Amino acid sequence: MSKRFNKRPREAVIPLAVVCALVAGAALTGCGRQRDGSVYTVLNSSTDETYHRWDAEAMARCGKRLGVTVEQQSVPAAQVMTKALRMASSKSLPDIVQFDASEMPVFAEAGGLTDLRTLGLDTDGVPRGIVNFGSYKGTYYGAARSVNTLALFYNKDLLARAGLKVPTTWAELRASARELTRGKRYGLALSAGGAEDGVFQFTPFMWSNGGDETRLDGPRVVEALDYWKSLLKDGSLSKATVGWTQADVNDQFMAGNAAMMINGPWQVETLNTKKSLHWGLARIPVPKAGAKSVAPLGGTVLTVPDTGDERRERMAGRIVGCLSGEREQLTYARHSWTVPANGRAAAVWREQVPELDALADQVAAARSRTARLGAGWPGVSLALQSAFQAALTGQSSQAALQRAQQRATSGN
Amino acid sequence: MTTSTVTARTAVSTTGVPAPARLRRRRRLARWGFVAPAVLFMLLFFGYPLVRNVVMSFQHYTPKTFFTGEAPLNGFDNWSAVLQDALFGKALWHTLVFTAGSLLGQFCAGLALAVFFTRRFPLNGVLRSLILLPWLVPMVVSGIVWRRILDQDTGVLNSFMDALGLDGHTPWLTSPHMALLSVILVNIWIGIPFNMVILYGGLQEVPREMYEAAALDGASAWRTFRSITLPTLRPVITVVLVLGFMSTVKILDLILALTDGGPADATQTLGTLTYQNSFVRLDFGAGAVVGNVLILISAVFAVFYLRANRTEGK
Repeated sequence: MSKRFNKRPREAVIPLAVVCALVAGAALTGCGRQRDGSVYTVLNSSTDETYHRWDAEAMARCGKRLGVTVEQQSVPAAQVMTKALRMASSKSLPDIVQFDASEMPVFAEAGGLTDLRTLGLDTDGVPRGIVNFGSYKGTYYGAARSVNTLALFYNKDLLARAGLKVPTTWAELRASARELTRGKRYGLALSAGGAEDGVFQFTPFMWSNGGDETRLDGPRVVEALDYWKSLLKDGSLSKATVGWTQADVNDQFMAGNAAMMINGPWQVETLNTKKSLHWGLARIPVPKAGAKSVAPLGGTVLTVPDTGDERRERMAGRIVGCLSGEREQLTYARHSWTVPANGRAAAVWREQVPELDALADQVAAARSRTARLGAGWPGVSLALQSAFQAALTGQSSQAALQRAQQRATSGN
Repeated sequence: MTTSTVTARTAVSTTGVPAPARLRRRRRLARWGFVAPAVLFMLLFFGYPLVRNVVMSFQHYTPKTFFTGEAPLNGFDNWSAVLQDALFGKALWHTLVFTAGSLLGQFCAGLALAVFFTRRFPLNGVLRSLILLPWLVPMVVSGIVWRRILDQDTGVLNSFMDALGLDGHTPWLTSPHMALLSVILVNIWIGIPFNMVILYGGLQEVPREMYEAAALDGASAWRTFRSITLPTLRPVITVVLVLGFMSTVKILDLILALTDGGPADATQTLGTLTYQNSFVRLDFGAGAVVGNVLILISAVFAVFYLRANRTEGK
């Protein structure tokens, strides 16, 4: 009897090893498993409950029209690129990937995307700027549903009480911000955090002043950074600005700690939860009266990865066509408080949300961050972040930007 | 039943190899059979990534590689680019300061608390479990909470200092001169429970009689601590310090949540740098270089740890 007990463990080794091998095998083959014929997947960053729901509804509508099932797989925005790359190496790319427009060039450069025009998507009615927004080196890879940009949000009550008009130039903005700074309240809030948020916010100042990301130490860029520094020196900006994300800026504005802020329309949903806050929206002030206010174009584009399966790619193209079609654009833009990409849809939208009118104007003149540098943007962005943080915490703008330019060109 | 198996076995053994040799071989085989899964596991999940990472640091590894599978070798290009970058030197220095500062703070506070809790007093257990709390909170959560606490304008800490009549405008996380110190302080807060628990466990092992003898000899509290507590605790201290070192040197999530490596790269460490190179700039070769440097540093300490343990074993 005892012998049998002794034998057991050794006998157990074999089945155990078999189970291990099976599990490992399943895990490995799982990476390259077959796709389900009528189920199409979209990789996106709609992790917020509301966005996830809106997207699911839109995909259900489009799927029904095309006779397929469309499913979404949502990961945090910062992980879309790395996830897509990993999926590419295991040959399990989804049918559609929704990239942030600033990331799309990297994936396109790597050869991972399909030309949407060859899949039958036309660009009639889409303004040229937004076609460019979804293009890389002249090829149209990404269809935008809606776009966004930055604008100046202001607290109507505070401005009225101080008897101030909405500022339109840098000088006016500086004066108003100083005027509105009282006690614990700052005149203006913006994000100068060490991430893409901060760079996004710096671009309208850099571009409206004629500066350019290809020459970070150019006098126009230095001037723009000096302007930020002057706001900080006046005390109109909090010193904590260098640690704030755009969401933090919105929190400060909502809490009444800032009278004005630079932010994007995606904050409107949150802003509207505070009924006592009366906010207005204006274009970002320009260096001198009459200058053009150039803001960054933000938003995501729907792309079809190159999976080699032409039949599926064509259907994916039709799904993208439906999701970025006029009707769906309008629904999506209304939900997310962004501007429809399509010209006709944008006209309808303007009538529906007149309070965001300033945004539509700003979008029309907005510029994409990657238009000049394409896949080289991330490196420049990192150098720029470090530079304006150094300048805002004491260094001279000139020195900080010079180093940034060196870093950007050396590729480190 | 039993008899039949026995006869069957002896019958087989007489035909082949003599029984003791066969038994020995079988036993050896079984021994390897037990070790094999562990070895296989280590090779697959530790060996492979490690070798891969080293190879990757000599490759031009870009997003394109994920599609083509081609990553041409480029010799020491990645290494020289990373090592020449001023940011690397800065990050290395920050890592050093961060690790040393965190370890020192965590250990001293942990030891003090451990000694404190060896006394018997009411609410001892309750307090001890309260101190464990930082350990239970996920790193990212503590990072975000501390970011709020340390906010220059609206943070609780500055308001509290204001209320005490101290200057409540300390730029904890927004000044390049303060940020690293603040990050270290938060990490000390996180690390105290680990140090305390292990050291407290070690203190329980110190024989009571030794303290009694010391008391009879009229030794002061400090003398007792230095001559009895510390020496008996030495093996535990090595473990705490080495494990603490290895978990501190690679910290990434806390710094990302608190400062994102900023302001102006003031809190960039090797951990954040490898993250930035690989996942923001998507230059995986450069990321691997920094990763390898980190592994190397950890490996040196792992050797120290193993050697210390071996001498203890003898």
